[in-house]
Amino acid sequence: MSRRAEALLALLGVAALVFAAWAAPWLRFVLTVALAKGLAVLGILLLLRAGQVSFGHAMFLALGAYTVAFAAPGVPEALVLLPAAALLAGVAGLLIGLFVVRYRDIFFGMLNLALSMVFYSVLEKFYAVTKGTDGIRVPPLSVAGIEPARETQEWVMFGLALGLALFCAVGVRAYLASPMGQALAGIKTRETRLEFLGVPARRVMLFAYVLSAMMGGAGGALIAMTSRHVTPQLAYWTSSGELIFIGILGGAGSALGPFLGAIAFELVRVYAGAAVADAWQMILGGVLLAVILFAPGGLIGILSRQKRKQA
Amino acid sequence: MGEWFAENGLLLGLAGLDGLSYAALVFMVAVGLNLVFGVLRIVNVAHGSLFAIGAYTAASIGLFFTSRGLPPAAGYAALLLGAALVGGVLGPLIERVVLRRVYGYEDVLQLLVTFALFMILEDVQKLVWGVQPVFQDSPMKALGTVEVPFGDDTIPFTAYQLFVLPGVAVATLVGLAWFLRRTLTGRVIVAVTTDKEAAMAMGIDATRVTLLTFTFGAALAALGGALASPTTSLVPGIGASTIVLSFAVVATAGLGQIEGAALTSLLIGLGRSAAVYFAPELEVVVPYLIMVAVLLVRPQGLFGVVEARRV
Repeated sequence: MSRRAEALLALLGVAALVFAAWAAPWLRFVLTVALAKGLAVLGILLLLRAGQVSFGHAMFLALGAYTVAFAAPGVPEALVLLPAAALLAGVAGLLIGLFVVRYRDIFFGMLNLALSMVFYSVLEKFYAVTKGTDGIRVPPLSVAGIEPARETQEWVMFGLALGLALFCAVGVRAYLASPMGQALAGIKTRETRLEFLGVPARRVMLFAYVLSAMMGGAGGALIAMTSRHVTPQLAYWTSSGELIFIGILGGAGSALGPFLGAIAFELVRVYAGAAVADAWQMILGGVLLAVILFAPGGLIGILSRQKRKQA
Repeated sequence: MGEWFAENGLLLGLAGLDGLSYAALVFMVAVGLNLVFGVLRIVNVAHGSLFAIGAYTAASIGLFFTSRGLPPAAGYAALLLGAALVGGVLGPLIERVVLRRVYGYEDVLQLLVTFALFMILEDVQKLVWGVQPVFQDSPMKALGTVEVPFGDDTIPFTAYQLFVLPGVAVATLVGLAWFLRRTLTGRVIVAVTTDKEAAMAMGIDATRVTLLTFTFGAALAALGGALASPTTSLVPGIGASTIVLSFAVVATAGLGQIEGAALTSLLIGLGRSAAVYFAPELEVVVPYLIMVAVLLVRPQGLFGVVEARRV
């Protein structure tokens, strides 16, 4: 997709989102959560560029969410908690990354899965600290020192998510176009040759991994602030699967894909859940199968194909 | 040490017995997963659903038999029937209709296709059997309990878990080793696992081998589920927790070795049940800690073979 088309799509998307959030107030919550998830998926997109699937990235999302839940009673300020959550997730990403970037393919995926399951059961089993599966309620937060009313609060969270989403999408786009980002694609095609060129593949991976962990943490923090309740389910392996699902649904070809995918995912989930309470997973699974079989480029792929036909 | 042993010896013995029967079940699932990965090169996330559906089907058939006044021994026929039915119907269905379409695709997409299948099968299971626990233990009751001598004491343990589960697992291990190494069909499967292109050049019908292997793996998972069904009440979510555990086994063992999968199942089964008795909050974590520890030292898994790097 050309640069202009992408910018146009982003602008149209922002306008559509703001309009939807204004026209249907109940959608504001759904869209904020979708944007937050999209942020985490954007991180996964970086690793997908290197051909690696982390089947445990929900741990960073959960880490961000629990950071907010634990720190909120002491520091009820969204603008402090959000960067703090992202930073903590980044540090965790660095420590875990130092270990997992040495592995590729199934081992990379499974190690991430293993570590996320460890985190999940810590959250679930240490009831005294984490309240187990009951989860923790997040108290109302102030933004820049002001404690807004309920509706304003919703708008503020929505705006925060939207702004962060745009910022990160632009950042990721620039990063992927830089030599560091290009090297990621090199890891996917033939890592050995990359090293012959003198590019340290593991360091390239580590950088991407830390970035993706930070985006996961920021997404998780936004989810905790919006839904005001965190549970260990956030870190379960099916949540990680969901994130990859969203990445493929939206399309890995553009930084806008994750957000497009996340919004489609959440909307299908809400509507399918309301229509057939016991079969929404089946419907989502069916959608995923259809996308992979008939549109492997994801939603963004469908859009850009349409564009090319017109031109 | 002696004092600790006098106090906890019995518990240790019980943990050992429990671990053994648990390892048997884990092995049944993990070995099928390993076999399928070898030939299809797909990490089958839906493998856990086959375990769950096998368990539910066997329990339903068993309950039907009991309601018709058949003797408890018929419960064993129900277990086998359930496994054969699920493996024989769902296995070919999944491979023929879905997986066959994505063989040329990227790894990520293949993985996600099985994740989509997992989501669909999870809801199928809820729609068919509901969310209420299903319980059918007549095969286990029929054999009664055995007093296992342990030091000066005895530990009462069900004969089913003591003999049937490990017995079937050992029979599977020996039978599979014989099948893969001594029969033509088995050797053909090994050939396709080792080098698909060369095998096809020799005139092997890889399409047929793939179908056969997948069906076989599915039947093993379903049999594992069927065997597990008398020992526990069946609830939604057993498929999800089984599959992550067998991922851990497969990654710890390294790919391709069935004896390795057996030893690793034993290691992880014993480790987990030791945790159940001595540090319950670590129950879920132990298998993953073992996996992480093993992969730190041996990145290719305990029994995996190092592959040459492609240039």
